[in-house]
Amino acid sequence: MTSDLRGLNRQLSRREMLAGLATAGAAISAFPAVALATPAQVEEEVKKATGGKPMAEGKIKLDLPSIAENGLVVPLGFDVESPMTDADYVKTITFYAEGNPNPVLAAFHFTPLLPKAAGQIRIRLAATQNIVAVAEMSDGKLYTAKKEVKVTIGGCGG
Amino acid sequence: MAAPTPRVRMPATAKAGEVIEVKTLISHEMESGNRKDKDGKVIPRKIINKFTAKFNGKELMTVDWHAAIAANPYQSFFVRVPETGTFTFEWLDDDGAVYKAEQKVTVG
Repeated sequence: MTSDLRGLNRQLSRREMLAGLATAGAAISAFPAVALATPAQVEEEVKKATGGKPMAEGKIKLDLPSIAENGLVVPLGFDVESPMTDADYVKTITFYAEGNPNPVLAAFHFTPLLPKAAGQIRIRLAATQNIVAVAEMSDGKLYTAKKEVKVTIGGCGG
Repeated sequence: MAAPTPRVRMPATAKAGEVIEVKTLISHEMESGNRKDKDGKVIPRKIINKFTAKFNGKELMTVDWHAAIAANPYQSFFVRVPETGTFTFEWLDDDGAVYKAEQKVTVG
């Protein structure tokens, strides 16, 4: 099943290159059950959310397995370096998946009442792919981190 | 499916200002909307799309969950306990249902 999905995704990617991103978006919504997101789509989503402002590496610690045997339950831990005071705190952190049917995984919106911007969730991954995190600080600065997870059995059904 | 049951694990007592870890779990299938049934029809999406944590009614954090959150969603995070009070956790379902859990923490 996973290899079928991958094959289809490759086909779409090729079409995308020919027809441009707008058409790819239409193709994705026409086949919601099979089409997987692409790194380019994640980039688009990030741009939409951040307005295309420059992002720096660092501050975000991502805790993900390098190899996930079961894509149905993959632990995703994170820790963003921040004093978490009224003047300086992490406003949001959003997680994106480059090879899932939906590019966005989850978005945390913090307040300075929290002692730290850290936690763990469990996610589903359809195939081997990169997880991208983008954190926005209260002063508007953006940080990003990326980690690849190899998935043995995909977790998005078919 | 049985009604989703939220579960929260955190200490019931803390020192003033102490940082404690909260672990939450709720039983929910988190149907992603990407799967098909045996007749090839897409099974409609039904997930919990929002999680909110409050302390004495004041919002601490909200989290948007998308289709890729695993079934029976687990989430852990950290809170500060400034004084004796009640933490409230809410899960919002796609169908509008709200599942709630409360935990009183005593500062002693």
